[in-house]
Amino acid sequence: MITRKEVEHIAKLARLGLNEREIEKMRGELAKILDYFEKLKKVDVSQVEPTSHSIKVENVMRKDESSRSKFPNSQLIEMAPDRKDGFIKVKSIFGR
Amino acid sequence: MTLTELTINQAHLGLKKKEFSALELCQAYLDKIKEKDREIFAFLTVNEELALSQAKQVDDAILADQELSILAGLPSAIKDVILIKDIRCTAGSKILENYIAPYDATVIKKLRKENAVFLGKTNLDEFAMGSSTENSAFGPTRNPHDLTRVPGGSSGGSAAAVAAKECLYALGSDTGGSIRQPASFCGVVGLKPTYGAVSRSGLIAFASSLDQIGPITKTVEDAKIVFDAIKGRDEMDSTSVEIPNIPNNQYDIRKIKLGVPKEYFVKGLDPEIEKIIKAAIKKYEEMGAKIEEVSLPHSEYALPAYYIINPSEASANLARYDGIKYGLSIQEGKDLMDVYLKTKGEGFGEEVRRRIMLGTYSLSAGYYEAYYLRAQKVRTLVKQDFEKVFEKVDALLGPVLPVLPFKIGERIDDPLSMYLVDVYTVAINLVGLPALSLPCGKVGQLPVGLQIIGRPFEEDLILEIGKNFEKHGGSV
Repeated sequence: MITRKEVEHIAKLARLGLNEREIEKMRGELAKILDYFEKLKKVDVSQVEPTSHSIKVENVMRKDESSRSKFPNSQLIEMAPDRKDGFIKVKSIFGR
Repeated sequence: MTLTELTINQAHLGLKKKEFSALELCQAYLDKIKEKDREIFAFLTVNEELALSQAKQVDDAILADQELSILAGLPSAIKDVILIKDIRCTAGSKILENYIAPYDATVIKKLRKENAVFLGKTNLDEFAMGSSTENSAFGPTRNPHDLTRVPGGSSGGSAAAVAAKECLYALGSDTGGSIRQPASFCGVVGLKPTYGAVSRSGLIAFASSLDQIGPITKTVEDAKIVFDAIKGRDEMDSTSVEIPNIPNNQYDIRKIKLGVPKEYFVKGLDPEIEKIIKAAIKKYEEMGAKIEEVSLPHSEYALPAYYIINPSEASANLARYDGIKYGLSIQEGKDLMDVYLKTKGEGFGEEVRRRIMLGTYSLSAGYYEAYYLRAQKVRTLVKQDFEKVFEKVDALLGPVLPVLPFKIGERIDDPLSMYLVDVYTVAINLVGLPALSLPCGKVGQLPVGLQIIGRPFEEDLILEIGKNFEKHGGSV
């Protein structure tokens, strides 16, 4: 059974801000879903290789050549919520 | 002649013969949207100006006697996870509520080449996570056949728009059933192509090893026309491939073997749906197809495996919505960590948060092997089941969903009960197969869809199988 502490830990890893009520609700929902996943323990996978990609594709290569971006830099920077002098601005990484 | 009733070919011919103009056709659909969308809410954005200007261009081309491509001037609706340059793209989320797409998705570029008309962007479950379109941050879409019920999801807006004749055809995306399922609930045709058949460039990423864009249309013929227009390898998506030529593909229904997986007819399937699906299978037998019962022994494990793999990929993909590069940003608090926590906590709805949590949990140290890796191994077994069956039969028939369109609000508070309605659709994405959802009957006024599953890249075969059903009355 997933604990409250685990839920808080996972939320922090995911950078998801949840309040007290949301953490408790999430714990109950995750517990039920994780319990459903237990079903997979019945399958013998000891001799099985994992599949991450369904359709067989070979490595896709291209020439190592630079090309011009289709966007002007400014267009993408403009989309950032906070900017200064053509750069994206962020808050301090370490708390003051 | 009611313009909004026409199929793609009929509308194309009408334009060509100058029976009506592209502007008239476009206006007919815009009028329909004005008349109906207040109650159905299929559209998040209607681009009236863009659509009319695109239609005008086609009319000019017709006047100049230029060659008209099949989709030229035909009004479409695009799921709001597919980018159209300079048009808002929300993914049904508050976090992208004001996001303006900086470029065209590859499928949009391809449709532009055909001179298609884009009426607008359709509603969906937030980031395509859901089976009812109730998870949209902007409110649920309603099923045109019964406004108290869901249209299915996550491409619920696209399917409802086609069903309500608010567009001639639509694009959706399918990660675990999100095209086929709303197509079934809304009584229209939906094709989920083989993984890699259609470029994902410009599709907002959800679960990248499962996502595919595909058409939602009135008829199978329409689905083929739209699929042919959007398919093909694209250098912007290295997982996209050119569809190989399948030699000696046999389209005579009397020489086709259709498998019926016995695991698809078990407890949990609504008996009314079972009756209709069995009658549809019987109809194929009457047409001369060989019907054979087959077994996909790992079927019951596909759903739990999917609901580990899907959130795992989603949690990685959605990490990008951090309040820094674009989209919603909540700048309160003292440091960068606060921006992350508040932006994601407030910007994402409940189902998205749940998937991020499930995925982060499944990928985290100590749980990776028990959950994610085990699910990837089960995926191999599910894939082998299909490979074995496809040695014996050419395609598979079964239900799309175990339940009829349910009431709005019926399942939304119980996430697991919502996941369980995906039981027949998710395995197809785990294995990357093409599958068609075809209207095959009704219970009262509620549509039921037949699922036709094919070998990789045999879209043409399953479409042909679907066409045979339409030719023989189209419903049981």
